Amino acid sequence: MRVYFADAKRYLERQGQEQPTLMRTMRILEIPQLQARPLPRPLLRQPVAVLAILWLTGVIVGAAVIPYLAPEGPQAMDLSRAMLPPGRGGLLGTDFMGRDIFVRLLWGGRLTLWMGIRALALAVGLGLPLGLAAGSLGGRVDAIVMRLIDAWLAFPSLLLALTVLAILGRGLSSVAIAVGLAAAAPYARIVRATAREIRAQPYIEAAIAVGASPLRIALRHILPNAAPALATFAAIQLGWVLLHGAGLNYMGLGAPPGTPEWGAMLAEGRDYLRAAPWVAAVPGLALTFTVLAANILGDRLGRE
Amino acid sequence: MLAGEPMLGYVGRRLLEAALVLWLAITLAFVAMQLTPGDPAETLLAASGASPEEIDRLRADMGLDDPVPVQYIRYLTGLFRGDLGISWLQRRPVLSMILEQLPATAELAVAGIWMGTLLGIFLGLLAAIYRGTWVDSLATTLSVLGLSTPVFWSGILMILLFSVHLRWFPSSGRGDLRHLVLPALTLGFSLSGSIARLVRTQVVEVFRMPYILAAQARGIPLWRVLLMHVLRPAAGPIVALIALQFGFLLGGAVVTESVFARQGLGRLAVQAILWRDLPLIRGIVITGAIIYLLVSLLADFLHAWLDPRLRERPAGQ
Repeated sequence: MRVYFADAKRYLERQGQEQPTLMRTMRILEIPQLQARPLPRPLLRQPVAVLAILWLTGVIVGAAVIPYLAPEGPQAMDLSRAMLPPGRGGLLGTDFMGRDIFVRLLWGGRLTLWMGIRALALAVGLGLPLGLAAGSLGGRVDAIVMRLIDAWLAFPSLLLALTVLAILGRGLSSVAIAVGLAAAAPYARIVRATAREIRAQPYIEAAIAVGASPLRIALRHILPNAAPALATFAAIQLGWVLLHGAGLNYMGLGAPPGTPEWGAMLAEGRDYLRAAPWVAAVPGLALTFTVLAANILGDRLGRE
Repeated sequence: MLAGEPMLGYVGRRLLEAALVLWLAITLAFVAMQLTPGDPAETLLAASGASPEEIDRLRADMGLDDPVPVQYIRYLTGLFRGDLGISWLQRRPVLSMILEQLPATAELAVAGIWMGTLLGIFLGLLAAIYRGTWVDSLATTLSVLGLSTPVFWSGILMILLFSVHLRWFPSSGRGDLRHLVLPALTLGFSLSGSIARLVRTQVVEVFRMPYILAAQARGIPLWRVLLMHVLRPAAGPIVALIALQFGFLLGGAVVTESVFARQGLGRLAVQAILWRDLPLIRGIVITGAIIYLLVSLLADFLHAWLDPRLRERPAGQ
């Protein structure tokens, strides 16, 4: 178990020991309560967090440069090169129509990320003002907004997404809106809880006493202080919207067949599991890693 | 639950709250249908090449010419009588279509919860007991993986391993218990992540209590300490979390059904969307919301029952 000397020393100082000797400090280190809470290391010093950042950067860069790398697009096929394994068939192999999976993966990254970003923007755009109003104004506004959010949450998220898809019809944009709307309610809840916590602080009371308007308190005092927590939750929600958006696409409710969106690619690969497992494995792994990276970043940011 | 509130008052207040939320959800579903572009009567008869007069007659029959408030009242009274409308595609009552598929989905959901809870408690306990060792890291990694892996990807992996290679379990369809194993495992794995995390923090916290040390000092074996002294007080929050996850679980069940080609509400929903069968979609959504509300009510009461601090009145009352 790692030993946190500085923690133990600080503990002794707080206890009123003028001169924390090495001997006393070492004895304190045996108290489990003190060992349990290690000081968080900076984000860039944590190998797992660095890996997550590198992966996400890779996906974003890949999505940005693929139109220049493969100008013929994700649908370019060559039936004479169908279902070649990784290696002979390019970096990640080819699918049943001889399309290069690596090229499709990067094109798909574009679609998947763009869907995720739009959904997240919608969730934050709706959830932030609602939650902030409820949390910082309190009273009747809070009661009304919270009942609305409860009803919203009473729809299991996927059912809500299905309702939206029924109204808007299929398509990637519909999926983005459906998932974004489903993610807005939990986001509003978190914003409200964070805002309420900050509102209880003495400096908000001071601001009220000075005569600051509710709008000013919400925007200038509560929002900036809530920002780190909200950014953290947004990172975790990015993972969530990617997961659920891809799920809807997997079921064939989003992108039309043949689109290189990762969920849709996985659904296509399911039919060739025996002969060409890499067709399903590549988009499956890419999606898992991306969601994992978003979750890890959110988790680590939350500990800072 | 408010401090010192009697159990009965608590139950009544929660029931009222649930009724309000249910009404809001039902109304939202109605509004969503009103917002849907396109004329239902036209959609229904479009393929049959019906004349405008026939479409007009159908519209009158369906009550679509009435003002919206009248339609809303009729919709509400219909729901009270258990009338969810007629499916456009199959021309059958939506309720009976849903009731046909409900058992398959319920079976999967219950099995998934069991798997997820067992796996989550097991992983969380392991991580808590061997806190700070490689066992902890492994269990924590597994639970993060469970949270991040799409159900449709882990499901495909299960099929590859257990059906294609090992040939232990069938990969699709619904039938005996063997058909249920892989879907339940898939669903359970995705659920176990958050349960394992909560169990770990709860158990680590309870482990610090002096009465655990006292129990161990009295020579009570570890498994008994874990079961009676550690898990029991940690059970309340765990039950609450499982209930919170139930909405997520319904969604997961829908996708899982799609992966394993199982019949159930999920497949019915996918069909309904593909054919834009609006009454069917609305029926499924309302059913889901009712089930979800019932489960969260049940969990709240269970929570209050498991944690006596929440229900006991202060002395002298």
